[in-house]
Amino acid sequence: MNKKYLRDDIIRMSGVNPKKCMRCGKCSGTCPAYDEMEYHPHQFVSMVENGDIEPLLSSDSLYRCLTCFACAERCPRGVEPAKLIEAVRLTAIRRQGANRLTPSDIPAMLDEDIPQQALVSAFRKYTK
Amino acid sequence: MKFSYFPGCTLKNKAKDLDRYALRCAEALGVTLEEIENWQCCGGVFTTAKDEIATKLSSVRILKAAKDKEQPLVTVCSACHNVVKQTNHAILTDKEFSDKVNRYMADDGRYDGSTEVYHYLEMLRDLVGFDALREKVKSPLSGKKIAAYYGCLLLRPGSVMKMDDPENPSIMEDMIRAIGAEPVIFANRNECCGGYVVMESPSLAEKKSGDIVRNAKVQGADMIVTACPLCRYNLMKNGADIPVIYFTELLAEALGVKEDTNE
Repeated sequence: MNKKYLRDDIIRMSGVNPKKCMRCGKCSGTCPAYDEMEYHPHQFVSMVENGDIEPLLSSDSLYRCLTCFACAERCPRGVEPAKLIEAVRLTAIRRQGANRLTPSDIPAMLDEDIPQQALVSAFRKYTK
Repeated sequence: MKFSYFPGCTLKNKAKDLDRYALRCAEALGVTLEEIENWQCCGGVFTTAKDEIATKLSSVRILKAAKDKEQPLVTVCSACHNVVKQTNHAILTDKEFSDKVNRYMADDGRYDGSTEVYHYLEMLRDLVGFDALREKVKSPLSGKKIAAYYGCLLLRPGSVMKMDDPENPSIMEDMIRAIGAEPVIFANRNECCGGYVVMESPSLAEKKSGDIVRNAKVQGADMIVTACPLCRYNLMKNGADIPVIYFTELLAEALGVKEDTNE
């Protein structure tokens, strides 16, 4: 896909303006999933700004973001990296056959206490 | 006082205590919660992308049902509250989103974002009042040291949720004081438990939840309360050797409406 089209599409979907970022790194500093990520929230912001999106689309980092909004709440410039990560994740899973989670994966993940909320949330985040 | 009430999917299944005690306490406080008819699951998480329309329609229909009855809407699950409140905010602030949503709503009638949405805790604070609550307490929980765990969904994004200071909240601690117990303030009370990632990467949820439980215990908590079924699950699965209960169960105990028998 055209690099500029992809970048503009992600910016439009997310409503985020990555140019507002002043590179302080607070988003990554406060991210609870930092240790589990290949690309960190501040890198999502700069890579989307530069149109360097393909590496993000194939990274497991997309599925480690908790959408807890710590990065968005604490950003001194109101950039909201979580929304950018969500737009990249949707771009990845909206591709045909790219669902991260399928119903047949579920039985192995269940135990008797797991709340319905966990299942519906995971499907919202990982599947289209 | 009469409100529309949206329990959500988990409260009819694995989190029956959150629902049951919410209803019992409301009754004891003179509040009528009327469950919305034919509601659907909110989806558990709000999809932030502006072009996601269909995933938000169940929330719009919940909001519209309350509006049709001219009642404010009360929610109790943190996740439902977050999704419904963020959807309402999007309708009020994003015209393109609102127009698209209302094309789907043609048969039900237009929805304009005018329903007031209260989390049960906000209902207690803003509509019932913690002073009035204090007067209704039958068995004060004196001597109990209770850590209120907020997690992420109740508080963030702060500019939308507007429940409390997202970095230094006090609503649950104030409730705990009102029922005679001692709140325990701990650093991780507004950090994420790992949420839905438990399905995909249990080790991440284990680490985050374990830190929260340890942090609460170091500060001297005998018990943790939460409003979120998934937070409760994650904390209980990952190292909680102190009780983790719903805030409504605690409230029921203080108001003397908690029965011993569990269904």
